[in-house]
Amino acid sequence: MRRRVAVIGAGMTLFRRRLLETGKELSFEASRAALDSAGVELKDVDSVVMGTAPEAFDGVHMKGEYLLDGAGGVGRPYTRVYVGGGTGVFIPIAAYWHVASGLSDVCLAVGEEKMSSVYPHPQGAFNSIFDQQLERPLGVNLVWIFALEMRRYMHKYGIKEEEIAEVAVKNKGNALAHPCAQLAAKITVEDVMKSEPMVWPVKRLDISPPSDGAAAIVVASEEVAKKLTPSPVWIDGVGWNIDSTYWTDRELAYPLYLEKAAKMAYKMAGISNPRKEIDVAEAYDPFDYKELHHLEGLQLAGKGEAARMTAEGITQRNGELPVNPSGGLLGVGNPIAAAGMMKICELFWQLRGEAGKRQVKKDARTGVAQAWGDLMQFSSVVVMRSS
Amino acid sequence: MSRMARSRYDGVEITSKELKAQKYKIFPFTARFNYDWSTGEAVGRFLAELKEGRIIGRRCSRCGRILVPPRMFCEEDFRPTDEWIYVKDHGTIKTYSVSYLNADASRAEKPTVVAVIALDGASEGMGFLHLLEEVAPGKVEIGMRVKARWKPKAQRRGAITDIASFVPEVS
Repeated sequence: MRRRVAVIGAGMTLFRRRLLETGKELSFEASRAALDSAGVELKDVDSVVMGTAPEAFDGVHMKGEYLLDGAGGVGRPYTRVYVGGGTGVFIPIAAYWHVASGLSDVCLAVGEEKMSSVYPHPQGAFNSIFDQQLERPLGVNLVWIFALEMRRYMHKYGIKEEEIAEVAVKNKGNALAHPCAQLAAKITVEDVMKSEPMVWPVKRLDISPPSDGAAAIVVASEEVAKKLTPSPVWIDGVGWNIDSTYWTDRELAYPLYLEKAAKMAYKMAGISNPRKEIDVAEAYDPFDYKELHHLEGLQLAGKGEAARMTAEGITQRNGELPVNPSGGLLGVGNPIAAAGMMKICELFWQLRGEAGKRQVKKDARTGVAQAWGDLMQFSSVVVMRSS
Repeated sequence: MSRMARSRYDGVEITSKELKAQKYKIFPFTARFNYDWSTGEAVGRFLAELKEGRIIGRRCSRCGRILVPPRMFCEEDFRPTDEWIYVKDHGTIKTYSVSYLNADASRAEKPTVVAVIALDGASEGMGFLHLLEEVAPGKVEIGMRVKARWKPKAQRRGAITDIASFVPEVS
């Protein structure tokens, strides 16, 4: 039988375009902060899950092994997981397996990314994700595919760039209250519209930055959690799903794979009406349009309706359904695997009422975090609840 | 120093100015690898057909889909596909974008229009990525009819770039 699983501690480093610390050092700092937050020591940890993105960022192969010592994995069952941008929210899912199955009582889950090593720009390191014979010879840049998806989404539902820009304004504004944030700013829709085009319709302020950083949580069984804290945050649902790698054959306007992942997680959590039952959402926002796209896939907005919800202020921190009160990837930064984990940390703090200046106004008991990746084909979803 | 006395959020930022001034020690490395990729059965034939000025797909007789780009197996029915079928070298724009970036993220001198094109003769939704030319970026529309502009036969190499680009069907 499945055991109940809780998050009992969370920690993270600063997110910056370039940090002095190595990936190993960042992993250590985040792991140490999470253990301190949980009030446990490494000797109490039964297993470790590490998540980090492609080797090409670092020029180091065996990245899991490279980061091992900094993530507390030595002498333990240790696993590296990787599902592209979806990795950050997949790490807690893999940690969940360890504890729900009874294999571990305490599992340390760590996400790390150091994107500053590769130059001139980490986007170049992404070129090897594309089909060798059919796409790379065209000179493909990573942003192409997101621009193609954004354009398709706008076309299908009649969404304007200005409506999408509202998300960047909100998230960068929310990040002003996050002490780790890289790109917190008070900006306007006009600023977004006037920022230079990268791959239209994607403009500079529609997109999250490359970042260095790490984030970690401690996951424990119900028995251990109740001994250590009066306020565990339960992982009540997990879901993940992947669509075909033939992305050009897909209807890009709607993330069906996310709908499947979300329904898997909601079913496990006993949620039948997510729009009513979810109090706070950390939806994956590497681009502003992605927050809207993902709210629809998460069943928190009808198809094509997330822009209207945003315009009505529903997704503001003090709104009816706060979305990305952390500041998201657009504001806090996007060290890939660590960025998804930052969202899990944020839910942990929000659901315990420990988010300080970022605390949502409503009494938040149930939250959902989500990440997305690979060739626009994968999503991971975690539902968390306070006691 | 006690752990709890530390700042909760570690990290020392290196600004681009500090990086240039080499305030901190860095250690450079350049990776260089060479590969000879097998193109496989499906894409190998697809590329050979491009050299002849034709676009080929594969049909799965169970679901009836004509798959472009072709594959030797149907990922839905999970069985071998059954036959080769030529599709048209014209179709409809499913989505497009205008790139101001080169592959390495440096700024391009002039914008490139890229599009996902659904080809006539393939199953609904089947498409591929290519470049779009002979149309101003502001004039491109989803649903626009386009056709392949082939390179002269002598210049074709059995590559996706044997199609120089797609252009509007009616200019």
